[in-house]
Amino acid sequence: MKRFVGFIKKEFYHIFRDRRSLFILFGMPIAQILLFGFAITNEINNVEIAILDHSKDATTKEIINKISASKYFSINEFIERESEIENAFKKGKIKAVLNFEKDFSKNFIKEKHANIQVITDATDPNTANTISNYVNAIIKQYQKELNKDVTIAYQVIPETRMVYNPELKSVYMFVPGVMTVILMLVSAMMTSISITREKELGTMEILLVSPLKPSQVIIGKVFPYIFLSIINATVIVLLSIFIFNMPIHGSLVLLAFESVVFIITALALGILISTISATQQTAMMISLMGLMLPVILLSGFIFPISSMPLPLQFISNIIPAKWFIIIIKGIMLKGVGLQFLWKETLILLVMTVFFIGLSVKKYKIRLE
Amino acid sequence: MKTILYIIQKEFKQIFRNKAMLPIIFVMPLIQLIILSNAATFDIKNIKFAYVDHDHTSTSRAIVKKFNASTYFSVLSDFPSNEVANDAMLNGKVDVVLEIPQYFERDLQNEKRNNLGVTINAIDGAAAGVENAYVLQIIQSLNNNLMMDLLNPTDALTIRPKNITTLPSFWYNETLNYKTFMVPGILVLLVTMITLFLSGMNIVREKEIGTLEQINVTPIKKSQFIIGKLFPFWVIGLAILTVGLIIAKVIFNVPIVGSLLLMYLYTSIYILVVLGIGLFISNFTDTQQQAMFIAWFFMVIFILMSGLFTPIESMPKWAQTITDFNPIKYFVEVMRMVMLKGSGLVDIMPQLLNTLLFALIMNGLAVWSYKKTN
Repeated sequence: MKRFVGFIKKEFYHIFRDRRSLFILFGMPIAQILLFGFAITNEINNVEIAILDHSKDATTKEIINKISASKYFSINEFIERESEIENAFKKGKIKAVLNFEKDFSKNFIKEKHANIQVITDATDPNTANTISNYVNAIIKQYQKELNKDVTIAYQVIPETRMVYNPELKSVYMFVPGVMTVILMLVSAMMTSISITREKELGTMEILLVSPLKPSQVIIGKVFPYIFLSIINATVIVLLSIFIFNMPIHGSLVLLAFESVVFIITALALGILISTISATQQTAMMISLMGLMLPVILLSGFIFPISSMPLPLQFISNIIPAKWFIIIIKGIMLKGVGLQFLWKETLILLVMTVFFIGLSVKKYKIRLE
Repeated sequence: MKTILYIIQKEFKQIFRNKAMLPIIFVMPLIQLIILSNAATFDIKNIKFAYVDHDHTSTSRAIVKKFNASTYFSVLSDFPSNEVANDAMLNGKVDVVLEIPQYFERDLQNEKRNNLGVTINAIDGAAAGVENAYVLQIIQSLNNNLMMDLLNPTDALTIRPKNITTLPSFWYNETLNYKTFMVPGILVLLVTMITLFLSGMNIVREKEIGTLEQINVTPIKKSQFIIGKLFPFWVIGLAILTVGLIIAKVIFNVPIVGSLLLMYLYTSIYILVVLGIGLFISNFTDTQQQAMFIAWFFMVIFILMSGLFTPIESMPKWAQTITDFNPIKYFVEVMRMVMLKGSGLVDIMPQLLNTLLFALIMNGLAVWSYKKTN
């Protein structure tokens, strides 16, 4: 036991002596959480648009005023001809053109019907669709004001309740995701590198001939990272509570327990990676290239899993991050307890056992 | 010149001899491109929808039928009570619950208006907004039907409200295919990640193993060494771009409207920026672990601030200013502009000049900071 403690001490020294890595290890989560909280949002704001007004009359002016008054749009330029639209889009500054037909007011008053064409740059389909919907909503609102006297018979009015996130803040969505990505990558990458590093530098041989058991070597290697990851998780949770006012409706103890479970899963994955790679370079490329994008994209962090094609929804099940994100959202935002989350927790535990089992099988106590 | 060729030869040999790395460099990115492009979609489909019907009348059934008919909602189940629906929502089994109150039909007929309860899981705020819009659309059309049923044609003419129609027209991507948008972006990421990680690790690896010292005592000049080191990764970057473009065209059917030459011109300058950053990191670190960690740190921030997944216009002004220093942002913009819209050299001139400037600065710094002596 004393030997083991000494070994763990050695690992801690390794980590604390490397100031640069340590700085990044703790700077990273803070930088990311702040970026996500303040800068990154998938809401649409201040979209620059252009106006092509063929009638230039009172009604179109009023509509244009309404549009430019909304926080969603800012009018970048007025263009005169259809042929200019293409050029404006190609420069890439504006995202939409509102094209008012000729004699807009006249049509509107006499025929009671007028048209606005909303041309959007649909290279980004999501933004295009949202712009189109927002313009539509603004115009419907304007129409409603004009039609006040016309009573509309029979109306069903939906009363919508946005639960768990009434203000629709995107930071609620991102905090669990960022936490997952950081814990996953830090744990998996750091362990896989620190083990392969000993292999590459030749010091693994020394450890293997020492009286420490292979399992002790591995546990000793992994142990400091459990500790560091827990600090990271704590920092992230504190930031999200105190800076972004994220609620924690559920139990903090459960949150801590689940985080430790997930950290261990990620570490087990890191051990597995280290057993199958001979050099640090390979280990890093597997954990960075192989984990970064799948964890960001297939875990439900940014993109909803239910919208993905079926095979991908299936694949997403083997990404541990997906289950952890469900767990954190459940605890923090929905306030549910273990009776709702036992399935996800069990999956993480099974994955951990699987990773460890596979690593033990692949682990070689002799070097070739 | 001959010296450089030998170094390049050595580097290529090292890359191709490392059998574990080859698939990671060439196969993994392309598989990711193929798989992940399908994952990256903000389209909201198959919304997990459930309803609680306390009314059980023809009107309430008609409402449910309307939701059933919509392609956005997959109607899961009819819950007997609000508690069951609530539990299902906590479990994550449903995201939208519609509640039709008791005596809904009767009250609608008597009072001519009535409320429906809609509960939406809003943890993903953006998705919740879209889901709400779909619900409103369906109820809007329901209202129109109700109005038509009631009004006789003569009434309808006199009290017909004034109406403005918005006609949406989606240019460059009429079907709003998300893959058209994501494939160029993810390709950008993969090219960047591979070249940055490889170049960032390369020199520091020689440092760590001790072989850098051997090279330092040879008559190879600084610039020769650096060019020789970076050239292979430059080639690899362009090779990944080429295969990626073929995949985009053949598998995803992404239109390539603009000039290929322009894309290659831009990319060849862009990769220089990335290699410069990689080299710079390499010079300032002692171990591969540090180098990778720093590369990863910047990579994640660059990705998130690039406008790849979330629009840059929505960021606050100070954040938008930061993105001006992000090379990935320019690459993403250029790829999308040239590939999808057919923008020409003049249109992408600002991005091109900025990238060129970055390339000069980064490589200048990298060469300056590389020291043959300790």
